[in-house]
Amino acid sequence: MLDGGESFTTPDGRTIGGVLMEMKHITLRFGGVTAISDISFDIREGEIRAIIGPNGAGKSSMLNVISGFYKPQEGEVFFRGEKRGPVKPYQVAREGIARTFQNIALFEGMTVLDNVMTGRITHMRTGLWRQALWWGPAQAEEVENRAQVERIIDFLEIQAIRKTPVGRLPYGLKKRVELARALAAEPKLLLLDEPMAGMNVEEKEDMSRFILDVNDEFGTTIALIEHDMGVVMDLSDRVVVMDYGKKIGDGTPDEVRANQDVIDAYLGVAHD
Amino acid sequence: MPDKSPQAAELISIPALLARNARKYGAQPAYREKEFGIWQCWTWIEAAEEIRALALGFLALGVEKGDYVAVIGRNRPALYWSMVAAQKVGAIPVPLYQDASAEEMAYVLEHCGARFAVCGDQEQVDKVIEVQETVHGIEHLLYLDPRGLRKYDHSRLHAMREVMTEGRAAQGRLEGELKAREAALGYDDTCVMLYTSGTTGKPKGVVLSNRNIIETSKASSEFDRLRAGDEVLAYLPMAWVGDFIFSIGQAYWNGFCVNCPESPETMYENLHEIAPTYFFAPPRYFEERLTILMIRMEDASRFKRWLFHTCLNFAKRVGPKILDGEPVSAWDRVRYRIGDILVYGPVRSRIGMSRVRVGYTAGEAIGPEIFEFYRALGVNLKQLYGQTEASVFITQQPDNEVRADTVGVPSPGVELRIAESGEVFYRSPGVFVEYYKNPDSTASTKDPDGWVATGDAGFIEESSGHLRIIDRAKDVGKMADGSLFAPKYVENKLKFYPNILEAVVFGSGRDKCCAFINIDLTAVGNWAERNNIAYGSYQELAQHPQVYAMVQEHVEEVNAGIAEDEMLSGCQIHRFLILHKELDADDGELTRTRKVRRGLIAEKYDDLVTALYDGSGEIYTETEVTYEDGRKGKIRATLEIRDVAVVGADEPKMAAE
Repeated sequence: MLDGGESFTTPDGRTIGGVLMEMKHITLRFGGVTAISDISFDIREGEIRAIIGPNGAGKSSMLNVISGFYKPQEGEVFFRGEKRGPVKPYQVAREGIARTFQNIALFEGMTVLDNVMTGRITHMRTGLWRQALWWGPAQAEEVENRAQVERIIDFLEIQAIRKTPVGRLPYGLKKRVELARALAAEPKLLLLDEPMAGMNVEEKEDMSRFILDVNDEFGTTIALIEHDMGVVMDLSDRVVVMDYGKKIGDGTPDEVRANQDVIDAYLGVAHD
Repeated sequence: MPDKSPQAAELISIPALLARNARKYGAQPAYREKEFGIWQCWTWIEAAEEIRALALGFLALGVEKGDYVAVIGRNRPALYWSMVAAQKVGAIPVPLYQDASAEEMAYVLEHCGARFAVCGDQEQVDKVIEVQETVHGIEHLLYLDPRGLRKYDHSRLHAMREVMTEGRAAQGRLEGELKAREAALGYDDTCVMLYTSGTTGKPKGVVLSNRNIIETSKASSEFDRLRAGDEVLAYLPMAWVGDFIFSIGQAYWNGFCVNCPESPETMYENLHEIAPTYFFAPPRYFEERLTILMIRMEDASRFKRWLFHTCLNFAKRVGPKILDGEPVSAWDRVRYRIGDILVYGPVRSRIGMSRVRVGYTAGEAIGPEIFEFYRALGVNLKQLYGQTEASVFITQQPDNEVRADTVGVPSPGVELRIAESGEVFYRSPGVFVEYYKNPDSTASTKDPDGWVATGDAGFIEESSGHLRIIDRAKDVGKMADGSLFAPKYVENKLKFYPNILEAVVFGSGRDKCCAFINIDLTAVGNWAERNNIAYGSYQELAQHPQVYAMVQEHVEEVNAGIAEDEMLSGCQIHRFLILHKELDADDGELTRTRKVRRGLIAEKYDDLVTALYDGSGEIYTETEVTYEDGRKGKIRATLEIRDVAVVGADEPKMAAE
């Protein structure tokens, strides 16, 4: 049922639309190392798509290809039906793709509020000087952006740390602030690089809840990389499994779980 | 209609008070809530309009006169409105504790037979839906915050906003009915039903009439000269009688503004921003605030520390006197004024008490040092003694007669009587109507003349006329040698130490007293950090020998204090242990209002109690714990038991034989 191009409704009542992003025969090499070899898959509008795999499988490289940071040697990337040429990161951001990082990349000395405000950069139209002088349209624009940021702060329940410098926050909260910043850009496609790495069970559950709520409330398409199989299987609509740069499985969590190659990759096979 | 009070011929219900406030204080703020980082404000006219729309919506949904409407969530203006809107259509609001588990909620919802429930957010909606598997009375569910609820079946689930819109749309059709329902509200009709947490048994539904609430609000407002223009912060559970009296009863009677925090975590910050003029908090809150302040001061520079402590020591001598209007020399006044500019003012502002005219604490005994600290800073902190059954007020301290060890004089309109057994009885216009569907309990608590047993033992101090509470009447017992056993009295003395969070003392019918101790993780954790003591968990810290030594010192000091009181010298603690887990309401060890459930604890930790009395030096134990999401787990620990020096232990015993 997932092969057709038309939209459908999931059992829990969400609408999954047509293809938002398509990767065709992607191969990525670093010198002699082939990080990704000939991988194709798509991401549909409104779904939660997971990329999983053991360490070194090429997951983060794949995410960097999606975000336009790495340029694959072979293969094509289609976003909203258009083939993507050589792009700069800021162009990708303008297209409506936002991401979080595996090793949190926030401005440690700035407050949570200011960090999240930076996520609005693509929505700011006035120039540097007007903003610096807080003059004319810059004023109205800031109020508008701040209102949007406050909605996200409320949504992710981080009101209590609004004015706290990020450097003082514990790890789990920093992750949440990063998510807030990515959301502030109002992305069409949200890329999450190991959103739950290093968290305890309770923090993982909170984060899962927020990811589901984001998808539900804003209709954001989410592509995430994750180590924790249990979390992925509960969260995602479809899963791509990678191992040594190759795609070894693709489908719903149930299909993937039953896939022998996936089981072998995760549990290992006896070599005789 | 039965008799009306002459001063307030029309003001016989909360909706009537609302109508008066909309007329009299129309453009003044009635509610504020911080949302999206900004304080949003509703005037009395706006609030009245929102409440009217919601009441019309209730009618459209089919709320009947006499229905029970459950209200569950954190303090938010819209939830207060839903209570008043329910009253407007002749229904009875039943606020529930939002941290109650689904089982606890099921009991209450079934008992009151609520047909409607108003929930704050998804968490509460989920619980009510879960409850509906066994309780089928709920017909419609309203919610405030739509997050996460989009996919839910909306056939019986409604966003409050939509209910209000529908109400407004149906105005023409329902206006007449609403007017008629509101006009039919009588002074002796039920105003609200509140479930008491109860240290024993199932919760009981306390029925309070309009008369109870309004008479009490009126008398207590006059006592403390509350007025329109006062500000309160509503942050205590809505299911608690105090919040109903402060945030609805007194707020509507006086027409003052109720402020709701942005989230529970931002409460301190919001308190600082609002700076209420009238403030209530349990002793625990004041303790916490003081602990945090002292910890922060430790990190300040040496000069600031010196300044802080010098000023504070001076303030402890002079501050309370100035507050009570006692004579103070001009020179001291000048010095206090300087201290006020340098230290007291900034500290008051930091803790959100720069404008407090009337501050109350109640529920538990408060440590004299803590009490004195706030009064020294110039905060008019007083104590009151009350119960749900009394619509809060039984006794309270007048402005110039404030002391740490009494709970004050009878509130206006309250009569007090001390029974032979020492139990305190009262009678007042605020005395509850009945326990809902529980005539037996009603009869055993309230006699035909209207006297209510408090369940507390106490006496009236002859010199001042103030009431002093010793302990829960049923907890006051006799030890094996016949001497008086008052566990709460001892526990409170222990809890006055910042390092001790909770204590449970055993000894009724035994030859000596022993205790369980819970350490306070904030205070002891900070102490450990300063003393380079590494620990990985609460359990590990609790069992650290140096922590034991410190607690032992505290216990010995308490023993010395108790020994001075002849009547209670038998209550000195001979042996103690530090528990491996914090006592928790989720495990049923504390009530939702954080009172110790002595009986249950003794049963649950039976092995530990036995070890306390059989002289063993340590004990291995396994305890089941309930996590926040309801799952259960086990923790294992080997606990040390320590003997403590007792003052003058042998002589009185010998004499008794």
